[in-house]
Amino acid sequence: MKKTNASSSGTGPIRLSMPLRYGINTVLLLALWGLFALLLSSGVITNYWQGIFVTVGINIILAVSLNIATGYLGQLPLGHAGFMAVGAYAGGIFMKATPMAGLLKSGNTAATVPYILAALVISALVAGIFGLIIGIPALRLKGDYLAIITLGFGEIIRVVLTNIDSVLGFKFTYGAAGLMRIPKFSGFHLVFICVVICCFFTHTMIKSRHGRAVLSIRENEIAAESVGVNTTYSKTMAFVLSAMMAGIAGCLYAGYLGSLYPSTFKFMKSIEILVMVVLGGMGSMLGSILSATVLTVLPEMLRSVEDYRMVAYSLALVLMMIFRPKGLLGSYDFSMSRVLEKALNWLLRPGSRRKRKADTTETAEGGSDHE
Amino acid sequence: MNVLSLIFLQLINGLQSGSIYALVALGYSMVYGVILLLNFAHGDVIMVGAYMVYYSITMFGFHPVTSMLLAVAACTLLGVLVEKVAYTPLRSAPRLSLLITAIGVSFLLENGAQLLFGADAKRVESLINGAFRIGEAQISYTAVVTIGVMVLSMVLLTLLVRRTKLGKAMRAVSEDMSAAQLMGASLNMTIMFTFAVGSALAGIGSVLYVCAYNQASPTMGSMLGLKAFVAAVLGGIGSIPGAMIGGLAIGLLEALVSAVGLSGWKDAAVFAILIIVLLVKPTGILGKRTQEKV
Repeated sequence: MKKTNASSSGTGPIRLSMPLRYGINTVLLLALWGLFALLLSSGVITNYWQGIFVTVGINIILAVSLNIATGYLGQLPLGHAGFMAVGAYAGGIFMKATPMAGLLKSGNTAATVPYILAALVISALVAGIFGLIIGIPALRLKGDYLAIITLGFGEIIRVVLTNIDSVLGFKFTYGAAGLMRIPKFSGFHLVFICVVICCFFTHTMIKSRHGRAVLSIRENEIAAESVGVNTTYSKTMAFVLSAMMAGIAGCLYAGYLGSLYPSTFKFMKSIEILVMVVLGGMGSMLGSILSATVLTVLPEMLRSVEDYRMVAYSLALVLMMIFRPKGLLGSYDFSMSRVLEKALNWLLRPGSRRKRKADTTETAEGGSDHE
Repeated sequence: MNVLSLIFLQLINGLQSGSIYALVALGYSMVYGVILLLNFAHGDVIMVGAYMVYYSITMFGFHPVTSMLLAVAACTLLGVLVEKVAYTPLRSAPRLSLLITAIGVSFLLENGAQLLFGADAKRVESLINGAFRIGEAQISYTAVVTIGVMVLSMVLLTLLVRRTKLGKAMRAVSEDMSAAQLMGASLNMTIMFTFAVGSALAGIGSVLYVCAYNQASPTMGSMLGLKAFVAAVLGGIGSIPGAMIGGLAIGLLEALVSAVGLSGWKDAAVFAILIIVLLVKPTGILGKRTQEKV
């Protein structure tokens, strides 16, 4: 297998070098994508399931983005649906203004790419700007106050989306009637790419200097400040990043459904995203990904008990907090490379296992952006 | 109708809804004062109370006064139950866990009610009928009763907190939990009592709500609760007169916004107030300033 590139010579435990780790992950992701593409083109995955996969992808981005603010930063924003709404409306309104619909109809896929990229960038930027506007005042507060102020902002965003037309005097968001006929540009491939990019970006950000600063704020803000972390900057950065990704998810959502209503982005939506993060484990990307997947697919399979879905969610939330407050996975994160390293060591260096136990503090890199 | 009586009418309307906010805000304020928990489920306790009124009147044909008492009793029980089942196991858990639990309980009540009672709003017959006129403005007895009950509740609560032993324990626990325990205050008992009183006030609020708007729906509690929380923050969390002032201010603000024809922006206005208060004076109008310790 890959023992040739294993670093550290001689008898030490096998370590995979960073480029190799990224290489393995890229190969795995490409293989996964290829598998899905094959199944899609051969018709094994029906259109219905493709739709579910798209929803899963959107929810993964939402959960991972909220996880930045909740799991890594340790705050509890309750207005995440607001950022999603802003991104969705920004992307939707932009797409309606472009000749996108005609291009999609004529099947000119190549020509749509710049528009899609532009829409995603615009959504992320607009949501990011809102994140900044909301984050700067909100992050001066903590805990409950932060929760309630972000909740307030989220509700204000929804009220504004509903009523802005009467103030502007022309049709902009189309109010409660909904923004209709948005070109449907979100397909499986686009969503897959966005999920991978968002997860990869979040992962590398958290492993970076800025990410460590964010984590230190979660552990103890005063201590972090006293060792020279610019807490205001780090908190705002994490919050804005979280908002931007929610905006991207919103944009994909707009392009998937083709119509948007302000009532979609109620407080309830924010809670749904929060449930995904909390159940998976705050601070665990794999947890967010898994629970977003399970909580999206499960209701689809259990259509007949749809009414009980929210009851089960809320019950799960309460029970989880009482019996396992860290979430199912805690802050555990999966790493393909780490698993490979373990397997290789087990196979080739039977004697080094005890030695490895000693440096368990070392956290593994790479791999958690693996779907 | 002339402008003056129109203003007067809106004022009364604002005071009426403000009284309900004030009663609900008290529950938030007291619970927050004692265990520093934003009890999201508090708003939904009101919803349960409203359904209690509805079912006891329409299904069992109880006398309105009996059903009102039943609603208050049900709310009190529910509040204590929620505290025992969901919050007591988390007494020493991080604040974030407690907050998430509160959200969970709130949604459990809301969705449970939707499942049990149906998603549509139930119409409740008006409990207090009639109106009288002052000048050209017609004022319903409901409004007068609502404002009167609110003032009476405030006076009683103030007496309870100031003059009784349990009230003293409550104040002691909110000041310093461990010191209060050392002085012989039973923590569990005090917290339970706080929840009971807060929920009983929410029960009164739910009866008044039903009198004012004649309906009960599963989601009525969430927005009402959130606005009442805004009222509690505005008045200064942990303060009884603060909750009253905050509630009345929010009610008047809503009436004002609706009166100038912007009823669609009502919710946004309330939350804008919240944001302004939190940024300018996070302790609220009557709140005490606390220093954060390392």
